[in-house]
Amino acid sequence: MSIILDHVNYIYGADTPLAVKALDDICLQIPDGQFIGIIGHTGSGKSTLVQHLNGLLKATSGSIYFNGEDIYDRDYDRKKLRGKVGLVFQYPEHQLFEIDVFTDVCFGPKNLGLDKKEVELRAYDALRKVGLPDELFYQSPFELSGGQKRRAAIAGVLAMKPEVLVLDEPTAGLDPRGREEILHQIKELQTGTGMTVILVSHSMEDVAEYVDRIIVMNKGRILYDNVPKEVFRHCAELEEVGLAPPQVTYILHELRRRGLDVDTDATTVEEAAEAVVKAMAKR
Amino acid sequence: MLRDITLGQYYQTESVIHRLDPRVKLAGTLLFIISLFFFRNFLGYMIAASFLFLVIRLSHVPFRFMVKGMRAVLFLLLLTVVFNLFLTPGEALVSVWKLTITKEGLRTAVTMAVRLAMLVVGSSVMTLTTTPNNLTDGMEKGLRPLKLFRVPVHEVAMMMSIALRFIPILMEETDKIMKAQIARGADFESGNLIRRAKALVPLMVPLFISAFRRANDLAMAMEARCYRGGDGRTKMKPLIYRSRDRIAYLCILVYLVAGIWLGRLELPVAG
Ligand SMILES: Nc1ncnc2c1ncn2[C@@H]1O[C@H](COP(=O)(O)OP(=O)(O)OP(=O)(O)O)[C@@H](O)[C@H]1O
Ligand SMILES: [Mg+2]
Repeated sequence: MSIILDHVNYIYGADTPLAVKALDDICLQIPDGQFIGIIGHTGSGKSTLVQHLNGLLKATSGSIYFNGEDIYDRDYDRKKLRGKVGLVFQYPEHQLFEIDVFTDVCFGPKNLGLDKKEVELRAYDALRKVGLPDELFYQSPFELSGGQKRRAAIAGVLAMKPEVLVLDEPTAGLDPRGREEILHQIKELQTGTGMTVILVSHSMEDVAEYVDRIIVMNKGRILYDNVPKEVFRHCAELEEVGLAPPQVTYILHELRRRGLDVDTDATTVEEAAEAVVKAMAKR
Repeated sequence: MLRDITLGQYYQTESVIHRLDPRVKLAGTLLFIISLFFFRNFLGYMIAASFLFLVIRLSHVPFRFMVKGMRAVLFLLLLTVVFNLFLTPGEALVSVWKLTITKEGLRTAVTMAVRLAMLVVGSSVMTLTTTPNNLTDGMEKGLRPLKLFRVPVHEVAMMMSIALRFIPILMEETDKIMKAQIARGADFESGNLIRRAKALVPLMVPLFISAFRRANDLAMAMEARCYRGGDGRTKMKPLIYRSRDRIAYLCILVYLVAGIWLGRLELPVAG
Protein backbone atom coordinates (compact mmCIF):
# COMPACT_ATOMS: atom_id res chain seq x y z
CA MET A 1 0.00 0.00 0.00
CA SER A 2 1.66 3.20 -1.12
CA ILE A 3 1.71 6.10 -3.51
CA ILE A 4 4.18 5.92 -6.37
CA LEU A 5 4.99 8.79 -8.72
CA ASP A 6 6.71 7.73 -11.89
CA HIS A 7 8.47 10.40 -13.95
CA VAL A 8 5.78 12.99 -13.37
CA ASN A 9 5.99 16.28 -15.27
CA TYR A 10 3.60 19.18 -15.02
CA ILE A 11 3.44 22.34 -17.09
CA TYR A 12 1.09 25.22 -16.26
CA GLY A 13 -0.46 26.85 -19.30
CA ALA A 14 1.08 24.35 -21.72
CA ASP A 15 1.15 25.68 -25.29
CA THR A 16 0.69 29.31 -24.30
CA PRO A 17 3.51 31.84 -24.19
CA LEU A 18 3.25 31.79 -20.39
CA ALA A 19 4.04 28.10 -19.98
CA VAL A 20 5.74 27.30 -16.67
CA LYS A 21 7.34 23.96 -15.99
CA ALA A 22 6.31 23.41 -12.38
CA LEU A 23 7.29 19.75 -11.98
CA ASP A 24 10.25 18.19 -13.70
CA ASP A 25 10.62 14.44 -13.78
CA ILE A 26 9.44 13.64 -10.25
CA CYS A 27 9.91 10.05 -9.06
CA LEU A 28 8.73 9.28 -5.55
CA GLN A 29 7.61 6.41 -3.42
CA ILE A 30 5.51 7.10 -0.36
CA PRO A 31 5.02 4.04 1.86
CA ASP A 32 2.26 3.74 4.43
CA GLY A 33 2.53 5.36 7.82
CA GLN A 34 5.44 7.68 7.09
CA PHE A 35 5.56 11.29 8.21
CA ILE A 36 7.09 13.16 5.31
CA GLY A 37 8.11 16.79 5.03
CA ILE A 38 8.29 18.53 1.67
CA ILE A 39 10.31 21.70 1.75
CA GLY A 40 11.40 24.15 -0.88
CA HIS A 41 11.67 27.81 -1.65
CA THR A 42 8.63 29.80 -2.84
CA GLY A 43 7.64 28.64 -6.31
CA SER A 44 9.60 25.39 -6.17
CA GLY A 45 6.50 23.36 -7.01
CA LYS A 46 5.46 22.00 -3.62
CA SER A 47 1.79 22.88 -3.94
CA THR A 48 1.72 21.64 -7.50
CA LEU A 49 3.20 18.34 -6.41
CA VAL A 50 0.71 17.69 -3.63
CA GLN A 51 -2.23 18.52 -5.86
CA HIS A 52 -1.22 15.57 -7.99
CA LEU A 53 -1.50 13.16 -5.09
CA ASN A 54 -5.31 13.28 -5.02
CA GLY A 55 -5.77 13.74 -8.74
CA LEU A 56 -6.72 17.43 -8.69
CA LEU A 57 -4.08 18.17 -11.28
CA LYS A 58 -3.38 15.73 -14.06
CA ALA A 59 0.28 15.25 -14.86
CA THR A 60 1.33 16.47 -18.30
CA SER A 61 3.26 13.22 -18.56
CA GLY A 62 4.15 10.34 -16.24
CA SER A 63 1.94 8.21 -14.03
CA ILE A 64 0.82 7.97 -10.43
CA TYR A 65 -0.16 4.76 -8.66
CA PHE A 66 -2.24 4.68 -5.51
CA ASN A 67 -2.18 1.29 -3.82
CA GLY A 68 -1.01 -0.25 -7.05
CA GLU A 69 -3.71 1.25 -9.27
CA ASP A 70 -3.03 3.85 -11.94
CA ILE A 71 -5.09 6.89 -10.95
CA TYR A 72 -5.21 8.11 -14.54
CA ASP A 73 -6.95 4.94 -15.73
CA ARG A 74 -10.20 5.80 -17.40
CA ASP A 75 -12.32 3.73 -15.03
CA TYR A 76 -10.45 4.74 -11.88
CA ASP A 77 -12.76 6.43 -9.36
CA ARG A 78 -10.98 9.68 -8.69
CA LYS A 79 -13.77 10.92 -6.44
CA LYS A 80 -13.08 8.07 -4.08
CA LEU A 81 -9.38 8.84 -4.25
CA ARG A 82 -10.11 12.31 -2.88
CA GLY A 83 -11.64 10.70 0.17
CA LYS A 84 -8.56 8.57 0.66
CA VAL A 85 -5.97 11.26 0.11
CA GLY A 86 -7.16 14.22 2.16
CA LEU A 87 -5.63 17.49 1.00
CA VAL A 88 -5.63 20.57 3.20
CA PHE A 89 -4.82 23.61 1.07
CA GLN A 90 -2.64 26.58 1.82
CA TYR A 91 -4.82 29.01 3.82
CA PRO A 92 -7.61 26.45 4.17
CA GLU A 93 -9.75 28.86 6.19
CA HIS A 94 -10.70 30.45 2.86
CA GLN A 95 -12.82 27.42 2.06
CA LEU A 96 -15.16 27.68 5.07
CA PHE A 97 -18.70 28.54 4.06
CA GLU A 98 -21.33 26.99 6.33
CA ILE A 99 -23.33 28.70 9.04
CA ASP A 100 -21.52 26.94 11.84
CA VAL A 101 -18.26 25.09 12.28
CA PHE A 102 -19.85 21.71 12.83
CA THR A 103 -21.94 21.82 9.64
CA ASP A 104 -18.88 22.91 7.72
CA VAL A 105 -16.87 19.95 8.93
CA CYS A 106 -19.79 17.69 7.95
CA PHE A 107 -19.45 18.79 4.32
CA GLY A 108 -16.62 16.39 3.50
CA PRO A 109 -18.03 13.15 4.96
CA LYS A 110 -21.50 14.04 3.63
CA ASN A 111 -20.05 14.17 0.14
CA LEU A 112 -18.74 10.66 0.65
CA GLY A 113 -22.36 9.52 0.83
CA LEU A 114 -22.32 8.37 4.46
CA ASP A 115 -25.48 8.36 6.56
CA LYS A 116 -26.23 11.28 8.84
CA LYS A 117 -25.21 9.61 12.07
CA GLU A 118 -21.84 8.50 10.76
CA VAL A 119 -21.25 11.94 9.28
CA GLU A 120 -21.88 13.66 12.60
CA LEU A 121 -19.82 11.16 14.49
CA ARG A 122 -16.87 11.73 12.21
CA ALA A 123 -17.22 15.51 12.32
CA TYR A 124 -17.30 15.46 16.10
CA ASP A 125 -14.32 13.15 16.24
CA ALA A 126 -12.31 15.28 13.80
CA LEU A 127 -13.04 18.50 15.68
CA ARG A 128 -11.92 16.80 18.87
CA LYS A 129 -8.70 15.62 17.24
CA VAL A 130 -7.66 19.08 16.10
CA GLY A 131 -8.24 20.38 19.59
CA LEU A 132 -11.03 22.85 18.96
CA PRO A 133 -12.97 23.52 22.18
CA ASP A 134 -16.58 22.28 22.25
CA GLU A 135 -18.14 25.69 22.79
CA LEU A 136 -16.94 26.80 19.36
CA PHE A 137 -18.65 23.99 17.45
CA TYR A 138 -21.83 25.92 16.81
CA GLN A 139 -20.30 29.31 16.14
CA SER A 140 -20.03 30.83 12.71
CA PRO A 141 -16.67 29.85 11.23
CA PHE A 142 -16.12 33.50 10.33
CA GLU A 143 -16.09 34.53 13.97
CA LEU A 144 -13.15 32.32 14.89
CA SER A 145 -9.57 33.47 15.21
CA GLY A 146 -7.07 32.66 12.47
CA GLY A 147 -5.67 29.62 14.25
CA GLN A 148 -9.11 28.31 15.15
CA LYS A 149 -10.28 28.69 11.57
CA ARG A 150 -7.23 26.77 10.46
CA ARG A 151 -8.11 23.95 12.85
CA ALA A 152 -11.71 23.88 11.70
CA ALA A 153 -10.56 23.64 8.09
CA ILE A 154 -8.15 20.82 8.89
CA ALA A 155 -10.95 19.01 10.72
CA GLY A 156 -13.06 19.37 7.56
CA VAL A 157 -10.58 17.18 5.71
CA LEU A 158 -9.83 14.90 8.64
CA ALA A 159 -13.52 14.05 8.96
CA MET A 160 -13.28 12.22 5.66
CA LYS A 161 -10.96 9.75 7.42
CA PRO A 162 -8.28 9.79 4.73
CA GLU A 163 -5.54 7.17 4.58
CA VAL A 164 -3.08 9.86 3.59
CA LEU A 165 -3.27 13.37 4.98
CA VAL A 166 -1.53 16.09 2.99
CA LEU A 167 -1.15 19.51 4.56
CA ASP A 168 0.06 22.43 2.46
CA GLU A 169 1.77 24.88 4.82
CA PRO A 170 -0.63 24.32 7.70
CA THR A 171 1.22 26.82 9.86
CA ALA A 172 1.61 29.74 7.43
CA GLY A 173 0.69 33.02 9.09
CA LEU A 174 0.36 31.63 12.61
CA ASP A 175 2.28 32.77 15.67
CA PRO A 176 5.03 30.45 17.03
CA ARG A 177 2.78 29.04 19.72
CA GLY A 178 -0.09 28.26 17.34
CA ARG A 179 2.42 26.74 14.97
CA GLU A 180 3.85 24.50 17.63
CA GLU A 181 0.40 23.39 18.76
CA ILE A 182 -0.86 22.49 15.34
CA LEU A 183 2.29 20.60 14.39
CA HIS A 184 2.20 18.78 17.67
CA GLN A 185 -1.38 17.73 17.14
CA ILE A 186 -0.59 16.52 13.64
CA LYS A 187 2.26 14.44 14.97
CA GLU A 188 0.02 12.94 17.63
CA LEU A 189 -2.58 12.15 15.03
CA GLN A 190 0.00 10.42 12.92
CA THR A 191 1.41 8.26 15.69
CA GLY A 192 -2.08 7.57 17.03
CA THR A 193 -3.72 6.44 13.81
CA GLY A 194 -0.76 5.30 11.73
CA MET A 195 -1.93 7.58 8.96
CA THR A 196 0.56 8.69 6.31
CA VAL A 197 1.12 12.43 6.71
CA ILE A 198 2.75 14.71 4.17
CA LEU A 199 3.60 18.15 5.44
CA VAL A 200 4.55 20.98 3.10
CA SER A 201 6.54 23.81 4.57
CA HIS A 202 9.35 26.17 3.81
CA SER A 203 10.64 26.22 7.32
CA MET A 204 13.19 23.56 8.14
CA GLU A 205 12.73 24.22 11.81
CA ASP A 206 9.09 23.20 11.65
CA VAL A 207 9.74 20.07 9.75
CA ALA A 208 12.95 18.79 11.34
CA GLU A 209 11.39 18.07 14.68
CA TYR A 210 8.52 15.93 13.50
CA VAL A 211 9.17 14.13 10.24
CA ASP A 212 10.81 10.82 9.35
CA ARG A 213 11.87 11.90 5.92
CA ILE A 214 12.47 15.16 4.10
CA ILE A 215 11.99 15.85 0.41
CA VAL A 216 13.68 19.04 -0.73
CA MET A 217 12.28 20.61 -3.89
CA ASN A 218 14.05 23.11 -6.07
CA LYS A 219 12.73 24.52 -9.34
CA GLY A 220 10.32 21.64 -9.83
CA ARG A 221 12.89 18.94 -9.16
CA ILE A 222 13.67 16.80 -6.15
CA LEU A 223 16.99 17.91 -4.77
CA TYR A 224 17.25 15.63 -1.74
CA ASP A 225 15.06 12.86 -0.44
CA ASN A 226 16.36 11.41 2.79
CA VAL A 227 16.12 11.34 6.58
CA PRO A 228 16.52 14.83 8.16
CA LYS A 229 20.04 14.16 9.43
CA GLU A 230 21.36 13.34 5.98
CA VAL A 231 19.58 16.25 4.33
CA PHE A 232 20.94 18.79 6.79
CA ARG A 233 24.50 17.67 6.09
CA HIS A 234 24.17 19.62 2.83
CA CYS A 235 24.22 22.93 4.63
CA ALA A 236 25.79 25.00 1.86
CA GLU A 237 23.68 23.50 -0.92
CA LEU A 238 20.50 24.15 1.04
CA GLU A 239 21.42 27.77 1.52
CA GLU A 240 22.07 28.06 -2.16
CA VAL A 241 18.46 27.15 -2.97
CA GLY A 242 17.11 29.63 -0.44
CA LEU A 243 16.59 27.31 2.51
CA ALA A 244 18.18 27.37 5.91
CA PRO A 245 18.86 24.29 8.02
CA PRO A 246 17.63 24.56 11.63
CA GLN A 247 19.54 27.02 13.76
CA VAL A 248 20.92 24.27 16.01
CA THR A 249 22.68 22.77 13.00
CA TYR A 250 24.50 26.06 12.53
CA ILE A 251 25.50 26.23 16.16
CA LEU A 252 26.83 22.69 16.15
CA HIS A 253 28.83 23.31 12.99
CA GLU A 254 30.28 26.48 14.52
CA LEU A 255 31.17 24.64 17.74
CA ARG A 256 32.94 22.02 15.74
CA ARG A 257 34.83 24.63 13.77
CA ARG A 258 35.99 26.13 17.04
CA GLY A 259 37.42 22.82 18.13
CA LEU A 260 34.69 21.08 20.14
CA ASP A 261 34.41 17.49 18.93
CA VAL A 262 30.62 17.49 18.71
CA ASP A 263 28.32 15.33 16.62
CA THR A 264 26.77 17.73 14.10
CA ASP A 265 23.91 15.47 13.04
CA ALA A 266 21.43 16.67 15.65
CA THR A 267 18.37 18.34 14.15
CA THR A 268 16.36 19.34 17.20
CA VAL A 269 17.26 21.39 20.24
CA GLU A 270 17.03 18.36 22.56
CA GLU A 271 19.33 16.26 20.41
CA ALA A 272 21.77 19.12 20.12
CA ALA A 273 21.86 19.57 23.87
CA GLU A 274 22.60 15.89 24.28
CA ALA A 275 25.37 16.04 21.69
CA VAL A 276 26.98 19.01 23.39
CA VAL A 277 26.81 17.33 26.80
CA LYS A 278 28.40 14.24 25.34
CA ALA A 279 31.19 16.25 23.68
CA MET A 280 31.89 18.13 26.90
CA ALA A 281 32.09 14.86 28.84
CA LYS A 282 34.68 13.56 26.42
CA ARG A 283 37.00 16.45 27.16
CA MET B 1 -10.85 25.16 -15.57
CA LEU B 2 -11.87 28.77 -15.86
CA ARG B 3 -8.87 29.90 -17.75
CA ASP B 4 -10.26 29.90 -21.28
CA ILE B 5 -12.10 33.20 -21.18
CA THR B 6 -10.23 35.51 -23.55
CA LEU B 7 -12.37 38.61 -23.45
CA GLY B 8 -10.41 40.95 -21.25
CA GLN B 9 -7.19 38.99 -21.30
CA TYR B 10 -4.01 40.51 -22.53
CA TYR B 11 -1.68 38.53 -24.78
CA GLN B 12 1.90 39.61 -24.20
CA THR B 13 3.94 40.00 -27.37
CA GLU B 14 5.71 42.61 -29.46
CA SER B 15 3.80 44.18 -32.37
CA VAL B 16 2.76 47.47 -33.98
CA ILE B 17 -0.79 46.97 -32.79
CA HIS B 18 0.37 46.48 -29.22
CA ARG B 19 2.28 49.75 -29.33
CA LEU B 20 -0.56 51.86 -30.72
CA ASP B 21 -2.12 54.46 -28.49
CA PRO B 22 -5.11 52.89 -26.71
CA ARG B 23 -7.33 55.73 -27.94
CA VAL B 24 -6.67 54.69 -31.52
CA LYS B 25 -7.61 51.11 -30.72
CA LEU B 26 -10.73 52.13 -28.85
CA ALA B 27 -11.94 54.43 -31.59
CA GLY B 28 -10.95 51.91 -34.25
CA THR B 29 -12.85 49.09 -32.58
CA LEU B 30 -15.92 51.22 -32.08
CA LEU B 31 -15.91 52.42 -35.69
CA PHE B 32 -15.30 48.90 -36.94
CA ILE B 33 -18.28 47.58 -35.01
CA ILE B 34 -20.50 50.39 -36.23
CA SER B 35 -19.37 49.84 -39.80
CA LEU B 36 -20.60 46.25 -39.62
CA PHE B 37 -24.17 47.51 -39.46
CA PHE B 38 -23.92 49.66 -42.56
CA PHE B 39 -23.18 47.02 -45.13
CA ARG B 40 -25.83 45.99 -47.58
CA ASN B 41 -23.91 43.45 -49.66
CA PHE B 42 -21.38 40.71 -49.17
CA LEU B 43 -18.59 42.89 -50.56
CA GLY B 44 -18.73 45.02 -47.42
CA TYR B 45 -18.31 41.99 -45.20
CA MET B 46 -15.43 40.81 -47.35
CA ILE B 47 -13.68 44.13 -46.88
CA ALA B 48 -14.33 44.08 -43.14
CA ALA B 49 -13.04 40.51 -42.87
CA SER B 50 -9.88 41.34 -44.80
CA PHE B 51 -9.28 44.41 -42.67
CA LEU B 52 -9.75 42.36 -39.50
CA PHE B 53 -7.50 39.61 -40.84
CA LEU B 54 -4.78 42.13 -41.65
CA VAL B 55 -4.94 43.63 -38.16
CA ILE B 56 -4.78 40.18 -36.57
CA ARG B 57 -1.72 39.30 -38.62
CA LEU B 58 -0.07 42.55 -37.63
CA SER B 59 -0.81 41.93 -33.96
CA HIS B 60 1.20 38.67 -33.85
CA VAL B 61 -1.48 37.12 -31.64
CA PRO B 62 -2.16 33.51 -32.67
CA PHE B 63 -5.53 33.18 -34.37
CA ARG B 64 -6.63 30.55 -31.90
CA PHE B 65 -6.79 33.14 -29.11
CA MET B 66 -9.18 35.27 -31.14
CA VAL B 67 -11.52 32.39 -31.71
CA LYS B 68 -11.42 31.42 -28.04
CA GLY B 69 -13.53 34.46 -27.21
CA MET B 70 -16.13 33.11 -29.62
CA ARG B 71 -16.78 30.12 -27.41
CA ALA B 72 -18.39 32.33 -24.80
CA VAL B 73 -20.96 33.68 -27.25
CA LEU B 74 -21.44 30.51 -29.25
CA PHE B 75 -24.77 29.79 -27.63
CA LEU B 76 -26.04 33.28 -28.36
CA LEU B 77 -24.83 32.94 -31.91
CA LEU B 78 -26.63 29.65 -32.46
CA LEU B 79 -29.80 31.00 -30.92
CA THR B 80 -29.75 34.01 -33.21
CA VAL B 81 -29.17 31.86 -36.25
CA VAL B 82 -31.93 29.39 -35.39
CA PHE B 83 -34.53 32.04 -34.62
CA ASN B 84 -33.78 34.04 -37.72
CA LEU B 85 -33.65 30.96 -39.87
CA PHE B 86 -37.06 29.62 -38.94
CA LEU B 87 -39.08 32.62 -37.86
CA THR B 88 -38.54 35.09 -40.69
CA PRO B 89 -41.56 35.25 -43.00
CA GLY B 90 -40.93 35.30 -46.74
CA GLU B 91 -40.33 33.13 -49.75
CA ALA B 92 -40.05 29.47 -48.69
CA LEU B 93 -36.81 27.71 -49.52
CA VAL B 94 -37.03 24.38 -47.70
CA SER B 95 -39.93 23.08 -45.65
CA VAL B 96 -39.68 20.24 -43.14
CA TRP B 97 -42.73 19.37 -41.01
CA LYS B 98 -43.90 22.69 -39.54
CA LEU B 99 -40.59 24.44 -39.96
CA THR B 100 -39.89 26.54 -42.99
CA ILE B 101 -36.63 28.12 -43.99
CA THR B 102 -37.18 31.21 -46.04
CA LYS B 103 -34.83 32.95 -48.36
CA GLU B 104 -35.01 36.11 -46.27
CA GLY B 105 -34.50 34.08 -43.11
CA LEU B 106 -31.39 32.48 -44.49
CA ARG B 107 -30.04 35.84 -45.47
CA THR B 108 -30.65 37.47 -42.08
CA ALA B 109 -29.32 34.45 -40.23
CA VAL B 110 -26.06 34.47 -42.15
CA THR B 111 -25.69 38.25 -41.85
CA MET B 112 -26.33 38.19 -38.12
CA ALA B 113 -23.90 35.36 -37.56
CA VAL B 114 -21.18 37.06 -39.54
CA ARG B 115 -21.76 40.37 -37.77
CA LEU B 116 -21.74 38.84 -34.33
CA ALA B 117 -18.62 36.80 -35.03
CA MET B 118 -16.70 39.79 -36.36
CA LEU B 119 -17.92 41.93 -33.50
CA VAL B 120 -16.54 39.51 -30.94
CA VAL B 121 -13.28 38.90 -32.76
CA GLY B 122 -12.88 42.63 -33.37
CA SER B 123 -13.20 43.52 -29.72
CA SER B 124 -10.99 40.57 -28.75
CA VAL B 125 -8.24 42.11 -30.90
CA MET B 126 -8.44 45.24 -28.81
CA THR B 127 -8.41 43.51 -25.42
CA LEU B 128 -5.72 41.04 -26.44
CA THR B 129 -3.33 43.75 -27.57
CA THR B 130 -3.99 46.37 -24.88
CA THR B 131 -3.34 45.98 -21.17
CA PRO B 132 -6.41 46.80 -19.07
CA ASN B 133 -4.57 49.71 -17.51
CA ASN B 134 -3.75 51.15 -20.88
CA LEU B 135 -7.33 50.69 -21.96
CA THR B 136 -8.78 52.64 -19.08
CA ASP B 137 -6.12 55.32 -19.50
CA GLY B 138 -7.23 55.66 -23.08
CA MET B 139 -10.85 55.76 -22.05
CA GLU B 140 -10.19 58.39 -19.43
CA LYS B 141 -8.37 60.64 -21.81
CA GLY B 142 -10.70 60.01 -24.71
CA LEU B 143 -13.78 60.78 -22.66
CA ARG B 144 -12.34 63.86 -21.01
CA PRO B 145 -14.67 66.25 -22.87
CA LEU B 146 -17.54 64.71 -20.92
CA LYS B 147 -16.17 66.37 -17.80
CA LEU B 148 -17.87 69.52 -19.01
CA PHE B 149 -21.16 67.77 -18.34
CA ARG B 150 -20.03 66.81 -14.83
CA VAL B 151 -19.43 63.18 -15.69
CA PRO B 152 -16.84 61.86 -13.18
CA VAL B 153 -14.60 60.48 -15.92
CA HIS B 154 -11.58 59.77 -13.75
CA GLU B 155 -13.58 57.94 -11.10
CA VAL B 156 -15.38 55.81 -13.66
CA ALA B 157 -12.08 54.95 -15.35
CA MET B 158 -10.53 54.08 -12.00
CA MET B 159 -13.44 51.84 -11.12
CA MET B 160 -13.15 50.10 -14.44
CA SER B 161 -9.43 49.54 -14.14
CA ILE B 162 -9.87 48.11 -10.66
CA ALA B 163 -12.66 45.85 -11.86
CA LEU B 164 -10.51 44.66 -14.74
CA ARG B 165 -7.56 44.15 -12.45
CA PHE B 166 -9.68 41.98 -10.21
CA ILE B 167 -10.84 39.61 -12.92
CA PRO B 168 -7.70 37.47 -13.01
CA ILE B 169 -7.37 37.62 -9.23
CA LEU B 170 -10.90 36.45 -8.69
CA MET B 171 -10.51 33.81 -11.35
CA GLU B 172 -7.45 32.44 -9.60
CA GLU B 173 -9.33 32.57 -6.32
CA THR B 174 -12.28 30.72 -7.83
CA ASP B 175 -9.91 28.08 -9.12
CA LYS B 176 -8.33 27.69 -5.71
CA ILE B 177 -11.58 27.47 -3.76
CA MET B 178 -13.04 25.10 -6.31
CA LYS B 179 -10.05 22.81 -5.92
CA ALA B 180 -10.25 22.99 -2.14
CA GLN B 181 -13.92 22.00 -2.19
CA ILE B 182 -13.34 19.25 -4.73
CA ALA B 183 -10.69 17.92 -2.37
CA ARG B 184 -13.47 17.73 0.21
CA GLY B 185 -15.59 15.71 -2.18
CA ALA B 186 -17.68 18.52 -3.70
CA ASP B 187 -19.05 17.76 -7.13
CA PHE B 188 -19.56 20.68 -9.51
CA GLU B 189 -20.07 18.70 -12.66
CA SER B 190 -22.88 16.18 -12.29
CA GLY B 191 -26.53 16.22 -11.34
CA ASN B 192 -29.47 18.23 -12.60
CA LEU B 193 -29.72 22.02 -12.70
CA ILE B 194 -30.95 22.42 -9.12
CA ARG B 195 -28.27 20.19 -7.69
CA ARG B 196 -25.62 22.04 -9.63
CA ALA B 197 -26.89 25.40 -8.45
CA LYS B 198 -26.81 24.11 -4.88
CA ALA B 199 -23.28 22.81 -5.40
CA LEU B 200 -22.21 26.39 -6.11
CA VAL B 201 -22.89 27.56 -2.56
CA PRO B 202 -19.56 26.23 -1.18
CA LEU B 203 -17.87 28.12 -4.00
CA MET B 204 -19.80 31.40 -3.97
CA VAL B 205 -19.78 32.08 -0.23
CA PRO B 206 -16.00 31.97 0.19
CA LEU B 207 -15.57 33.81 -3.10
CA PHE B 208 -17.77 36.71 -2.02
CA ILE B 209 -16.09 36.89 1.35
CA SER B 210 -12.70 37.01 -0.29
CA ALA B 211 -13.84 39.65 -2.79
CA PHE B 212 -15.10 41.89 0.01
CA ARG B 213 -11.94 41.37 1.99
CA ARG B 214 -9.82 42.28 -1.02
CA ALA B 215 -11.91 45.34 -1.82
CA ASN B 216 -11.58 46.48 1.76
CA ASP B 217 -7.82 45.96 1.77
CA LEU B 218 -7.45 47.83 -1.50
CA ALA B 219 -9.49 50.80 -0.31
CA MET B 220 -7.36 50.93 2.81
CA ALA B 221 -4.12 50.73 0.83
CA MET B 222 -5.26 53.50 -1.50
CA GLU B 223 -6.16 55.75 1.36
CA ALA B 224 -2.87 55.04 3.07
CA ARG B 225 -1.20 56.31 -0.10
CA CYS B 226 -3.29 59.48 -0.01
CA TYR B 227 -5.45 58.76 -3.03
CA ARG B 228 -8.22 61.33 -3.33
CA GLY B 229 -9.61 61.22 -6.83
CA GLY B 230 -8.54 62.68 -10.13
CA ASP B 231 -8.13 66.41 -9.46
CA GLY B 232 -4.59 67.55 -10.03
CA ARG B 233 -3.37 64.02 -10.62
CA THR B 234 -0.58 63.58 -13.16
CA LYS B 235 0.33 60.50 -15.14
CA MET B 236 3.51 58.51 -15.05
CA LYS B 237 3.14 57.72 -18.74
CA PRO B 238 1.00 60.39 -20.37
CA LEU B 239 -0.66 59.38 -23.62
CA ILE B 240 0.76 61.24 -26.61
CA TYR B 241 -0.10 60.61 -30.25
CA ARG B 242 2.85 59.58 -32.40
CA SER B 243 3.19 59.25 -36.13
CA ARG B 244 2.19 55.57 -36.07
CA ASP B 245 -1.06 56.56 -34.37
CA ARG B 246 -1.81 59.11 -37.08
CA ILE B 247 -1.09 56.51 -39.75
CA ALA B 248 -3.43 54.10 -37.95
CA TYR B 249 -6.22 56.69 -37.90
CA LEU B 250 -5.69 57.18 -41.62
CA CYS B 251 -5.94 53.43 -42.24
CA ILE B 252 -9.18 53.27 -40.28
CA LEU B 253 -10.57 56.17 -42.27
CA VAL B 254 -9.62 54.56 -45.56
CA TYR B 255 -11.27 51.34 -44.44
CA LEU B 256 -14.44 53.14 -43.40
CA VAL B 257 -14.79 55.10 -46.63
CA ALA B 258 -14.00 52.13 -48.84
CA GLY B 259 -16.07 49.70 -46.82
CA ILE B 260 -19.17 51.81 -46.50
CA TRP B 261 -19.05 53.08 -50.07
CA LEU B 262 -18.56 49.63 -51.63
CA GLY B 263 -20.62 47.86 -48.98
CA ARG B 264 -23.72 49.89 -49.72
CA LEU B 265 -23.73 49.48 -53.49
CA GLU B 266 -26.73 47.70 -54.96
CA LEU B 267 -25.08 44.61 -56.33
CA PRO B 268 -26.97 42.22 -58.62
CA VAL B 269 -26.50 39.35 -56.09
CA ALA B 270 -27.17 41.01 -52.78
CA GLY B 271 -25.83 39.12 -49.78
N1 LIG C 1 -2.34 28.38 -11.44
C1 LIG C 1 -1.12 28.59 -11.93
N2 LIG C 1 -0.95 29.03 -13.20
C2 LIG C 1 0.27 29.24 -13.71
N3 LIG C 1 1.40 29.02 -13.06
C3 LIG C 1 1.32 28.59 -11.79
C4 LIG C 1 0.05 28.35 -11.17
N4 LIG C 1 0.27 27.91 -9.91
C5 LIG C 1 1.60 27.88 -9.76
N5 LIG C 1 2.24 28.28 -10.88
C6 LIG C 1 3.70 28.35 -11.08
O1 LIG C 1 4.25 27.07 -10.84
C7 LIG C 1 5.43 27.14 -10.07
C8 LIG C 1 5.29 26.30 -8.82
O2 LIG C 1 4.26 26.83 -8.00
P1 LIG C 1 3.78 26.20 -6.64
O3 LIG C 1 2.55 26.90 -6.22
O4 LIG C 1 3.72 24.72 -6.78
O5 LIG C 1 4.99 26.60 -5.68
P2 LIG C 1 5.14 26.38 -4.12
O6 LIG C 1 6.40 25.60 -3.95
O7 LIG C 1 3.91 25.83 -3.54
O8 LIG C 1 5.39 27.86 -3.59
P3 LIG C 1 4.90 28.55 -2.20
O9 LIG C 1 5.89 28.17 -1.17
O10 LIG C 1 4.99 30.02 -2.52
O11 LIG C 1 3.51 28.09 -1.94
C9 LIG C 1 5.66 28.63 -9.78
O12 LIG C 1 6.65 29.08 -10.68
C10 LIG C 1 4.34 29.29 -10.08
O13 LIG C 1 4.55 30.57 -10.63
MG1 LIG D 1 2.45 26.51 -2.21
